[in-house]
Amino acid sequence: MENMEKQEYKVRVEHLTKYFGNLHVLDDVSFNIKKGEFLCVVGPTGCGKTTFLNLLTRIYMPTKGQLYIDNEPADPKKHNLAVVFQEPSSMPWLTVEQNLRFGMEIKKLPKDEIDRRVENMISLLGLEEFRDKYPHQLSVSTAQRIIIGRAFAMQPDLLLMDEPYGQMDIKLRFYLEDEVIRLWKETGTTVIFITHNIEEAVYLAERVLILTNKPAKIKEEVKIDLPRPRDVTAPEFIKLRNYVTDQIKWW
Amino acid sequence: MKDSSVAMTNEQMVANVKAGQKRIRYRDTILSVCALLLFLIIWECLVMFELVDSRKLCSVLEVLKLFIVKLSDPNPDGSVLLVNIWSSLEVALTGYLLALVIGIPLGWLMGWYRGFDAFMRPIFEIIRPIPPVSWIPLTIVWMGIGLQSKAFIVFFSAFVPCLINSYTGIRQTKEVLINVGKTFGASNFTCFWKVGIPSSMTMTFAGIKVAIGNAWATLVAAEMLAASSGLGYMILMGRNYGRVDLVILGIVVIGVLGVIISFLIASCENIVLRWKKV
Repeated sequence: MENMEKQEYKVRVEHLTKYFGNLHVLDDVSFNIKKGEFLCVVGPTGCGKTTFLNLLTRIYMPTKGQLYIDNEPADPKKHNLAVVFQEPSSMPWLTVEQNLRFGMEIKKLPKDEIDRRVENMISLLGLEEFRDKYPHQLSVSTAQRIIIGRAFAMQPDLLLMDEPYGQMDIKLRFYLEDEVIRLWKETGTTVIFITHNIEEAVYLAERVLILTNKPAKIKEEVKIDLPRPRDVTAPEFIKLRNYVTDQIKWW
Repeated sequence: MKDSSVAMTNEQMVANVKAGQKRIRYRDTILSVCALLLFLIIWECLVMFELVDSRKLCSVLEVLKLFIVKLSDPNPDGSVLLVNIWSSLEVALTGYLLALVIGIPLGWLMGWYRGFDAFMRPIFEIIRPIPPVSWIPLTIVWMGIGLQSKAFIVFFSAFVPCLINSYTGIRQTKEVLINVGKTFGASNFTCFWKVGIPSSMTMTFAGIKVAIGNAWATLVAAEMLAASSGLGYMILMGRNYGRVDLVILGIVVIGVLGVIISFLIASCENIVLRWKKV
C-alpha cells in the first residue's frame, strides 16, 4: 500500500535537515512532488530558501534526511537536474546556441538529439536572431530566457528555479512567467519554483509550499486550482494571495 | 542646414555615424604617425645642431645606414644583424614558450585543485622572488653559455607571471557557473575544463603579455653577461668599442621586435577572447 503511494511520486523529500555549524537552517522538511507538477516554495526573506535549493541540487549535502528522484537518492550525475539560478549564469564565452547545448553536452547526449532539442528551443523562445550572439550582447531578460531555455532543453527529471525574475520589472516578469508556463505545459517538466513574491507563486503554481522563518519548516501546503491563464485581479486570485500572505506573516 | 538634419532618413543617419567613426579612426592613425615623426625629428635636430655630444647620441640616418650595413657586415661584434636577431629570438621564444606550456597549466591546476596547490605552493613561493638573472652564474656552470642556459633564465622570468595569472584567473571563476556545471552532473574535471579554464582566459592572457616583457628584459641582461651573439651581446660590444650607433641600433631592433611580438599575441587574444570583443 505504502509502496504504491511512493511510486506515484517523481520526487520525494524526506526529513531534510541542515545545520551550518550551530546555525539551524532547515528543520525536518518533507514533501512529495508528482510527475509534471508545478510547485512553488515561498517564505519570508532569509528563511533559508536558497539553502533549501542548494540541498535539492546537491551543492550542499543535508545534515539529515534524503531526497529521492524516482525512488533513488538524487545524484546529479545519474539524474537529470536543471537549475535556473538567481544570478546570471550563462557562460559568457559561449554563444546563445552553445549555451543551450551546454548541459546536454555534459550529459553526453547524441549530437542529433542535441541539435533537435536546441532547434526546438530556439524556435519556442523566438531566439532565431540571437543564435550567434554572446550573452553580454543581450538584455538581462533575454539572457535569463536563455538560461531557462537551457534548463528546459535538458528535459530534466526535476527543474529548480531560484527567484529567476527577482531583478526584473513587473511587465517583464509577467511576460516571462507566461513563457515558463508555456514551456512547462509543452514539455511536461516537474518544476520547483522558489520565490519570495507571493503573487508570482499564486500565479504560477499548482501547489504552494509555505516555509516558516529560520529554522525553516513547512508551515502549510496550499493547492491552487484556478484555471489558466490566471487573472491577477480576479477575486478568487486575490483571496488566495491574501491567504498565503497571512500564512507567511503570522508564524 | 537645420532643415536637412531634421529630414535625414534612418539610413542617412547610420551612414553619417559610420562616416564619423571612420574619420576618427583616420585622425587617430595620423596622430600616431605624427608622434613618431616628431620624435625622430627632435632626435635628428638634437644631433644636427650638436646640442648633444656626438659620442653620446648619433643621428637617425646613421642608425638607418648602420642597419643596412649590418645586414651584411659582421663587424665589429662578429655577426650580421639577422644572425643576432635570430640568436636572440631563438633564446627568447624557447624560454618563453616553455614558460607558457608549463606555467599556465600549472597555474590552472594549482588554482583548481587545493591539494595540488598545497603541494606546489611552498616550492613556488621560494622560487618566485628570486630575480631571474641571479640564476646566470649557476646556469653557466650547468649548461655553458649556449642556448640552454639563457633559455632557462628567460623561462624563469616568464614562468612566474604566467603561473600567477592563470592561477588567479581560474580562482576567480564565478561560483554560480561552477554550480551550473555541477548540477548538470559534470565531474570536477569537466567543470575545470569547460568552466574554469575558459573563464580564466582573460587573466591568463594578461599573464602572457606581462611574460613576454619579462622575457625580453632578462634575455638582454643574460646576453650581456654570457653570449657570443645576439642583440644584447651586440649592444654590449657597441659599448666596448664606443659605438653609440651600434648600441642604439640594438635598442631600436629590440623595440621593434617587441612591438611585432605584442601584435602577434594580441591577435591570438582576439581570436581566443573573441566573445569579449564583439
